[in-house]
Amino acid sequence: MAQYLLIESRDPFESNDVGYYYDLAKGLVASGNEVTLFLAQNGVLAARPSAHSAALAALARGGVKVLADDFSLQERGISKLAEGIAAAPIDVVVDHLAAGYKSLWH
Amino acid sequence: MSKKTLAIALMDPPYESENLTTAFRILDVAARRGYDINVFAYEGASGLAFMRQSPHPNPVHGKDVAEENHPTTKDQVAALLSEAEANGGKVDWVNCGMCVDERGVNEFVPGTRRGSPADFHAFIEASDNVLVIPTK
Repeated sequence: MAQYLLIESRDPFESNDVGYYYDLAKGLVASGNEVTLFLAQNGVLAARPSAHSAALAALARGGVKVLADDFSLQERGISKLAEGIAAAPIDVVVDHLAAGYKSLWH
Repeated sequence: MSKKTLAIALMDPPYESENLTTAFRILDVAARRGYDINVFAYEGASGLAFMRQSPHPNPVHGKDVAEENHPTTKDQVAALLSEAEANGGKVDWVNCGMCVDERGVNEFVPGTRRGSPADFHAFIEASDNVLVIPTK
């Protein structure tokens, strides 16, 4: 089993690529890997209860740890998060890098 | 917590992308932990450490240089180097040589250096982990 950190910086309302990145997270977990999906920058816009948040909630139910950068949330005035998503500091990214997670940025 | 060595590749130019804000936040955390940090500044990011950047006033808002307090990326790079050193770590910041020549930005913040993609390969070999932050 490998450990992955997937960082999503893009807004799913703007880029259809984001859905494929969610699919990557789902597929990695389905293959027996541990996955953290860290939402940053406009990637946190999907963390609001919205048309795109159901996809993130489904990932969380499926075993993906879904986190949203607290700074990006604060910048965008987002305080209420959709099901399965937790706010986290950027330190989490460094924690994962230090722990040897295979890390991808999108 | 044991000391780690992290490598990060940056590609975005100064003053354009939120990617760099996030990147500097990540680098800051690593520097405060005393990690050794290897940065490969590629393409537009090769201008981040360009020494001739200068803060400017904002005549539209009626602010002089001091009031505007405009941050420059060269100061952010210098601050990163200082923060790492203060916590027992070090930063090896490499500016891609061909990239800086193309852009005319080959005067660097002291403590950074000119290099090539071969340095990035060496960083990968020497680091505990690598994060590539590409342009959009």
